[in-house]
Amino acid sequence: MTKPIITFENVTKRFGKLAAVDNVSLTVNEGEFFALLGPSGCGKTTLLRMLAGFETPTEGRILIDGQDISNVPPNKRPVNMVFESYAVFPHMTVADNVAYGLKVDNVPKAEREARVAEALELVQLGGLGGRKPDQLSGGQRQRVALARALVKRPRVLLLDEPLSALDAKLREQMRTELCTLQEKVGITFIMVTHDQDEALALASRCAVMSKGLLQQVATPSDLYEFPNSRFVADFIGQVNLFEGVLAVDEPSHAVIKSPDLPVDIFLDHGVTGPRGGTVWAAIRPEKIELHKKTDDTPPNLGDAPKGTNAVEGVIKHEAYLGGSSTYEVEIAGGRRVKVQRSNLTRWDQEDFKLGETVWLCWHACSPAVLLS
Amino acid sequence: MEQSWKQAKAVFAAALGPPLVWLVLFFLAPMAIVWAYSFGHNVGLTEIAISGTFHNYARAIEPLYLKIFLKSVWVAGLTTGLCLVIGFPVALAITFASDKAKAWLLLLIMLPFWTNLLIRTYALIAVLRTEGYVNQGLEWFWKGGSGLATLIGLQPLGDFQPLELLHNNFAVILGLVYVHLPFMVLPLYSALDRLDKSLLEASLDLGAGHLRTLFKVVVPLAIPGIASGVLITFIPALGAYLTPDLLGGPDSQMIANIIERQFKRANDWPFGAALSFLLMYLTFIAIAIQAVLNRKTPEAKG
Repeated sequence: MTKPIITFENVTKRFGKLAAVDNVSLTVNEGEFFALLGPSGCGKTTLLRMLAGFETPTEGRILIDGQDISNVPPNKRPVNMVFESYAVFPHMTVADNVAYGLKVDNVPKAEREARVAEALELVQLGGLGGRKPDQLSGGQRQRVALARALVKRPRVLLLDEPLSALDAKLREQMRTELCTLQEKVGITFIMVTHDQDEALALASRCAVMSKGLLQQVATPSDLYEFPNSRFVADFIGQVNLFEGVLAVDEPSHAVIKSPDLPVDIFLDHGVTGPRGGTVWAAIRPEKIELHKKTDDTPPNLGDAPKGTNAVEGVIKHEAYLGGSSTYEVEIAGGRRVKVQRSNLTRWDQEDFKLGETVWLCWHACSPAVLLS
Repeated sequence: MEQSWKQAKAVFAAALGPPLVWLVLFFLAPMAIVWAYSFGHNVGLTEIAISGTFHNYARAIEPLYLKIFLKSVWVAGLTTGLCLVIGFPVALAITFASDKAKAWLLLLIMLPFWTNLLIRTYALIAVLRTEGYVNQGLEWFWKGGSGLATLIGLQPLGDFQPLELLHNNFAVILGLVYVHLPFMVLPLYSALDRLDKSLLEASLDLGAGHLRTLFKVVVPLAIPGIASGVLITFIPALGAYLTPDLLGGPDSQMIANIIERQFKRANDWPFGAALSFLLMYLTFIAIAIQAVLNRKTPEAKG
């Protein structure tokens, strides 16, 4: 299962003086659904285009199945791409579009037609082979692009922002379909996206990039729960970051003192960080509980000593999102903390209104400690 | 705010009036007069009697003139074809040039446009004539080669025979291609520049080479541009007057030269008028063909 199929070895790509991709080393394994995630201009698309052969690395090597393909032209590479604009040939029918790559390979007519029909069936476009692209919806055109790439049976399928041009409902549907499709064909998929939800939902592994550098490569849950830097923590989802000092660091527990928080942050595990040095505690909004303030005894979740992991505040802002609500709670010292809470009962039955004084508390395992 | 013209007739009339008057006075009226002339005959030296005769048209399709019509179509067609073959790679190159280079290259294409046609034609004469730059250059090489031959002990090459480059059909075609190339390059460029570059990448990605990509993707999608380039090259080339007049020989006359002669030396305005209108009908046919072709390939426009 973990046979490497693609290896980037110290790959750098410079446009003029600017390094779009800066010394990236990365391995993608056979059968993975791999996502390259990052804000626009982070170099993820350049990385994908180098894989497709439209850009050549300034330094370093790219291997597919152990073969250096850095100097192989795009039309000789065992990878195919689904373009962001789909790039479906407007002057050809759907079937001709899908057959294009097979004609190039001189696949005999009978086999070609069978494979085209099979590919169209795979993306649920059976029966639409005779249509012209301008008679198709955006979602259908994307399926044509998928079928056209998959029919070549590539070693790796490259997807450039595959869902960005679709509307929200269709995007949701295509997410599920892309996953099913990948399981069905068993081909390695590499996707570029700026949408963290998309990457978390689809990918088996993600690489987060920023300014040409690889920030972290991990499974979606590890990226979210154990980010390795403030950039990753902030880029993936929402986060409350508290800058502080590691006051206690034992194998069994640790304590962070933050000037932003009137209480200590207690952790139920050791950090092995720089004692006394600057660290950041990252707490996700949904991992903070809201409690109605009935008296002055702070709530205790049972896994932290009294006087830690609980703080009083006033709700300053609320946003109702249907399934959940987000709150901004101002604590002593003026710092606002983001809290997310599922709307377990109807909105009008909920207790937490603007201006209300509440307790915030979190489990000792919830904060992630970041050293950079 | 959107108003139908019916609700603001006065404004509409005021806006339409001047150009309409202009068109009628200086375009339609003279055209109508010439059209009427084509159905008349000369009476004396200056009078023209419009008698409704078809004699002029009958004369125009006599083999002598028909041959010149056909020759004009052939020369214009060849010019258009050569412009397409030369212009397509040029337009393609400009499309893929960097933004900065693009502006300069387009300027270079446009530059001859802003120079007087007569000056450009005389410049071509200076290049092509027997003692022109081409022959001078060739002679220089010839002499150099001859000198080199004697240097290594071979016989000298003999006297240089200048090439006859001027006053023949070659010179006319060369001149016409030179003059009309911008007409071809600009519409081709605008069609190619609009082309989604990821289509070309998709073709390469699917395993096609550059040639296949060119003929299966670029050319089919550039057809509207090719059609308009062909049309706006062919029409002025068909009516070319100055180029065949100055660069051509006795056998390279085109229809416009014949028309000019009728109005001047031959003083046969009715016949000249008939020839003019036949030329215009040919142009209309070319436009009609393009319109039909355009309607057949609407999807290639996207």
